[in-house]
Amino acid sequence: MKSNTLILHTAALFIMPLQLMFSVFLLLRGHDDPGGGFIGGLVAASAFVIHAFAFGQDATRRVMRIWPGDFLAVGLLLALASTIPALLAGDPMLTAHWWEIPLPGDDYFKMSSVLVFDVGVYLAVLGTLSIIVIGLMEAEE
Amino acid sequence: MLLAVLSGFLLAVLTPFLHRLSGHALGWVLALLPASLAIYFASLTPLVSDGGAVVMEYPWLPGLDITLNFLVDGLSLTFALLISVIGTFVLIYAGAYLRGHPYLGRFFVIMLAFMASMLGLVLSDNLLTLFIFWELTSITSYLLIGFDHDKPEARKSALQGLFVTTAGGLALMAGLILLAVMTGSYSLSGILASTDPLHEHALYVGMVICILLGAMTKSAQVPFHFWLPNAMAAPTPVSAYLHSATMVKAGIYLMARLNPALGDGALWSTVLMLFGAATMVTGAWMAFSSTGIKRVLAYSTVMSLGTLTMLIGVGTELALTAFICILVAHSLYKGALFMVAGIIDHGTGTKDLRQLGGLRRAMPFTALFAGLAALSMAGFPPLFGFIAKELALEALLKAPLWSIGLTLATVLSFMLVVGLAGLVAIKPFFGAPVKTPQHPHEAPPGMLAGPAFLSLAALGFGLVPFLPEAAILQAAMTRVAGSPVDSYLALWHGVNAPLLLSAASFAVGIVLYRLWPKLQPNLFAMNSAGARVGPETGYFRFMEGISQVAGWQTRLLQNGVLGHYLLVLVAVTFGLAGFTLFARHDVHLALDLGGSRFYEWGIAALLVASAVFSCSTHSRLGSVASLGVLGFAVALIFILFSAPDLGITQLLVETLTVVLLVLVLFKLPEFVNLSSPFERYRDLAVAILAGVVVTLMILAGLETRYFESISAYYSENSAPLAQGRNIVNVILVDFRALDTLGEIFVLALAAVGIHSMLKLKAEDQHKP
Repeated sequence: MKSNTLILHTAALFIMPLQLMFSVFLLLRGHDDPGGGFIGGLVAASAFVIHAFAFGQDATRRVMRIWPGDFLAVGLLLALASTIPALLAGDPMLTAHWWEIPLPGDDYFKMSSVLVFDVGVYLAVLGTLSIIVIGLMEAEE
Repeated sequence: MLLAVLSGFLLAVLTPFLHRLSGHALGWVLALLPASLAIYFASLTPLVSDGGAVVMEYPWLPGLDITLNFLVDGLSLTFALLISVIGTFVLIYAGAYLRGHPYLGRFFVIMLAFMASMLGLVLSDNLLTLFIFWELTSITSYLLIGFDHDKPEARKSALQGLFVTTAGGLALMAGLILLAVMTGSYSLSGILASTDPLHEHALYVGMVICILLGAMTKSAQVPFHFWLPNAMAAPTPVSAYLHSATMVKAGIYLMARLNPALGDGALWSTVLMLFGAATMVTGAWMAFSSTGIKRVLAYSTVMSLGTLTMLIGVGTELALTAFICILVAHSLYKGALFMVAGIIDHGTGTKDLRQLGGLRRAMPFTALFAGLAALSMAGFPPLFGFIAKELALEALLKAPLWSIGLTLATVLSFMLVVGLAGLVAIKPFFGAPVKTPQHPHEAPPGMLAGPAFLSLAALGFGLVPFLPEAAILQAAMTRVAGSPVDSYLALWHGVNAPLLLSAASFAVGIVLYRLWPKLQPNLFAMNSAGARVGPETGYFRFMEGISQVAGWQTRLLQNGVLGHYLLVLVAVTFGLAGFTLFARHDVHLALDLGGSRFYEWGIAALLVASAVFSCSTHSRLGSVASLGVLGFAVALIFILFSAPDLGITQLLVETLTVVLLVLVLFKLPEFVNLSSPFERYRDLAVAILAGVVVTLMILAGLETRYFESISAYYSENSAPLAQGRNIVNVILVDFRALDTLGEIFVLALAAVGIHSMLKLKAEDQHKP
């Protein structure tokens, strides 16, 4: 499937990167404000969906560079990896661990196993949806 | 101890690498493990030789009351020693027997896993751990029977063994749980130490039946005995180890283990005596009418298992002494004889006794060890089998119940066994040499080591029976009886009734052996005629019945029409939920609509309109779009009631759903009406039922509160405990992260499923 409308082509070129950035923003702010890995993953997936609608799934797979299944795999691995700190500390599985990494200036970066987990969720959702949408579009052709 | 039990699994993991390193010596290398385990277990015997028990504690799943505690006492150590000693020689033997086999590494992996499971089974103190190891032995046995997986016969036998033993395993699990409920403890040592008379408990009968079903299927008691001879499809080392010396004795072990706790009920002893005696006679009879040397040995194993069960049932001090002696004697001589059978098969290319004869010149050592083992089997002095047999006869003569009947059955079986001993030790080796498919040759040392050690042990135990008795056997008897047993094992008890019966059975046995070539074909024909109503036919009928029922219910429930699936699912779910709601809860509509705003009415109207439209329209695209409208309206409700995260998610999911649906719909044919008006009204009724039930359930849920809502806890602790102010996300990734982890794995599974479905479809289309 590939649309030939100029409006969609032009808009998709702008919308997709913005939407991807927005998805990362949603992912990172999620712990305090509306957002999070699940929503972020959905937004990112819809960014690719728009791109695929405009330029066809071949083009989208080239933009993605890797097979969407790999997003899924990496996501699951990250989610599993986030259980390691708790394992090492002897806590129950998935107990959150936080590290504050100082940044230049008076600021610091709040790193946590929860963040790793949330990134895993983000990638897993993104991968799942991309596999389905791209697979279906492939089947169309 | 933990290491001792689990080391088999660890070594199994390493076996493929060791295989590459050690090549043909693999059997010898791996045998080092059971050999050292045997030394370790032997070093534990002084701890318990006074009839005591030691529990070694290792926690496993404390929350579920499952421990890896090990109960070390005379009984468990006797079994552990048998498993590890025979295991040592079986591994050496298998290395030579399967030399050059392409799957040798795989074979050893399963054998070691089996050995570890079996050790775990006999040493576990926890009922549930025991059950887990019990099932592991069934599974490894399945893999080993089906080891020659390219033979349909082997696969069939493997499945049969698996079905019979795991069906029993299910019953066993129920029985063990009942036992734990009755005694309040999952610990064997606790159950054995308690003095409550269990047979007065209301659940006693059910519990005993369940446990005995498990034990009797595993130990091939009539009417479940048929799987064991079929299990001979396995390579001979497996038959020697699993299906004579160890695994089939797991049921015997369990009965012996629980005898002190359960043995005081009349049910226990009658069932064990009856079925044990029936198994004993059936086994001896079937063995005598078979021609394959492995089948003969398999049926004679059935016979011995029956004798053991019967002796537990008799339950006197003397009977339990005989029980332990037969147990040990049988493991020694039967292990040796099976290995001999493998040597004969290996050296001559046939297992058929009718085609064997005069091998003593070609296989002098094999003949010697086979002779020793067979003498023990026949119960000839001075071998250990003689002591065991005398004790059994004496115990039966003095049995409190059915003494005469049991003694007669036993003497009859022993007569047949003497004939069998002749069949396996005289027939192949003496007489005129017979032409065999291969030129016979003596076995390599690796294959002779097992028969040599085991048959010499049978001789040694017979000559100095007081040594093993003092070391461990008396402690084992004490543990089976539940009270101190004062046994006195000796070769010579003077001229008494058992000795006379023995002599008589010997005389008749030799005559039977002489007559075998004439008798066997007639007996075989008789058995074949009888098999048509036998338990194995029942097994096949039952399996056919299962697949017929499965076929019927698949055609009924899974007829391929999606609408039908939905109808069944929705009708059943909401029918049951609605029934429960009306039966258990007073439904009254107390709906206060006073505070609702006009835009809420608007959204509600939109919801209803879009739902009705999507059902009634004839355009697919229109239907999908109106479903999307419905979803957006729900999202609006979420946002209005201040759940922004839910709202955003709902919006995104709806958008993507519509996209996906459109992608799928693109391909579908034109909209056609396939259903009759009646079907549509029926579906409508079910749908309305579902809607009404859900609405009523929500209303009921609003006014009923069994627990304090947990949301207060989340909103209070979200920031201090989880350092996040967005409660929804904190719940997703921190408080309930395990759920989320599970969910993303479900997502992944769904993606893989859809992906492979689409790919398969695509490949189908590319094919001409």
